Amino acid sequence: MTSMNGAKRWLLAGIILAVVVSQFSGQFNRYYLGILVDIGINIILAVSLNLINGHTGQFSLGHAGFMAVGGYSAAKFTLVVAPMVPESLQPLLFLVALILGGLLAALAGVAVGVPSLRLRGDYLAIVTLGFGEIIRVVVQNMESVGAASGLKGIPKETTLGWTFALAAITIYVVAALVNSTYGRGFIAVNDDEVAAGSMGINPVRYKVTAFVIGAFFAGIAGGLYAHHKQFLSPTGFDFLKSIDIVVMVILGGMGRTVGVIIAAILLTLLPEVLRQFADYRMIIYALLIIGLMIARPQGLFTFGKRKGAAT
Amino acid sequence: MDWFLQQLINGLALGAIYALIALGYTMVYGVLRFINFAHSDVLMLGAYSAYFLAPAVEKVAPLPSVTGAVIVVLLSAIICAGIGMLIEFLAYRPLRSRPKLTVLITAIGVSLFIEYTCQHKAVFGADTKPFPRLLGESDLHLGGLVIGSNDLLVLGVTVLLLAGLWFIVQRTKIGTAMRAVSFNQQAAALMGININRIISFTFGLGSALAAIAGILYAIKAPGIDPLMGVQPGLRAFVAAVLGGIGNLPGAALGGLLLGLLETFAGGTPGLSNYRDGIAFAILILILLFKPAGLLGKATVEKV
Repeated sequence: MTSMNGAKRWLLAGIILAVVVSQFSGQFNRYYLGILVDIGINIILAVSLNLINGHTGQFSLGHAGFMAVGGYSAAKFTLVVAPMVPESLQPLLFLVALILGGLLAALAGVAVGVPSLRLRGDYLAIVTLGFGEIIRVVVQNMESVGAASGLKGIPKETTLGWTFALAAITIYVVAALVNSTYGRGFIAVNDDEVAAGSMGINPVRYKVTAFVIGAFFAGIAGGLYAHHKQFLSPTGFDFLKSIDIVVMVILGGMGRTVGVIIAAILLTLLPEVLRQFADYRMIIYALLIIGLMIARPQGLFTFGKRKGAAT
Repeated sequence: MDWFLQQLINGLALGAIYALIALGYTMVYGVLRFINFAHSDVLMLGAYSAYFLAPAVEKVAPLPSVTGAVIVVLLSAIICAGIGMLIEFLAYRPLRSRPKLTVLITAIGVSLFIEYTCQHKAVFGADTKPFPRLLGESDLHLGGLVIGSNDLLVLGVTVLLLAGLWFIVQRTKIGTAMRAVSFNQQAAALMGININRIISFTFGLGSALAAIAGILYAIKAPGIDPLMGVQPGLRAFVAAVLGGIGNLPGAALGGLLLGLLETFAGGTPGLSNYRDGIAFAILILILLFKPAGLLGKATVEKV
């Protein structure tokens, strides 16, 4: 906690750097620019899932569902409201759209968090998986968001500045939360729910909080994604997308923020590097998961002890 | 009334397939306490085995015919039992003492590996292939009801396999050993049970059931493709959890319930588009009231 001021300085530096770099982004190659934004979005997704899966130990397989809720609601908001608002207010509007998407995703987080009060382990995993599927099916049948053919023509608002500023905020919020006195409860619940309960910590409240905050940032990431790709389809938020995010968390090491960020960067770059072996890409990806679990199940980037952990 | 009975028959036939697949999930969960995601891909491999075996078998026994169909199904089941044991040996056995989560992720990796390897053009290719006809088909008309021979076949085979499985688990030595391992692995080992052999056997048995379920599914479906196992696998997985995972009668019950729900939702105007979501919505509702599934026993965590 002594480093909190330092952390705030890092946050500020990160946001300023993101905004400054964004000003020069016109000179970047569009392809690399796109990948950089993808990296930022994946960092937000992985760090927010890490709060649920890694820090709190609630195995969730439905993160793509939260992302879908945020993405679709932000995109729909922009599509409906943006034409009525003058040009100068567009950036503000984008922020409103993102926050709206985040809030709706957080609401979905409550919906998943509440059943999770009574479930643990595999049962929770299957409920979150089912939740992701339900969202996909609902979106697939909603004519107002394009149904199965997808939502087209979303204005391109996502820039490097937005993405990395929000990624910095996500990292800061999750790290500050877990390192605060209140937030130690997440780790306590992860380590031993019964013991945490007997020490006066309310595991239920922590579990729901983790889901709500994790879902909020996933919703923001969804909004960024929507305004980056300018197109949303229900299949983009399926089970495989959730697995992608889970693998980032596992590869980075559960509950290790820095490791998870590195993993998010590497796993976003990997498909690009493997593009020339497109036929083998997913096979290599699958082998990587299996090999990693056999050789180094605690994650690749786990150096030293986890803060606050007993072992 | 006719509509109701018709949906009931269709639902039972679909649910029977789910039940067969769910049994594999639940058996593996019973002995190893993890969800074998690759189970749905073994189902797909079962259908493909039959696809490739059918032309070869046709030289020995005519197809479509009962003899030919039985030979194809048996050979596919044996092949898939081998594949299931191999998966366990290569991917899961090295992780036996690791946390469940590690094994779960590995299972997801194995599943992705099989799916994408099979989609590669040098293996099966991603396109849909027509499934060969193994048995003659005819429809039975009872008043306004149409009962397909395939539906009866699926129900008959499932009942037969369930009875067989019940006999193996309850009445044979190896079944007793399976139950012992499921109850307490260490104690079972102390009593002289070869844990590795029992787990291997469980995987083989579950995979053989999956192969048969895959063939039954393929007979009813228009064609087969490398991702054909994903949807029924997911449903069966839900069915296993619904019934209380690790519980064999629960898996059968869950499978039948899920099949019925899906057919009734699919046959009701306005709901049909949501059938994929309804199964999960019901699952979540049931778990809210019975967190361990319908037939599962609630466990109290001891400190």
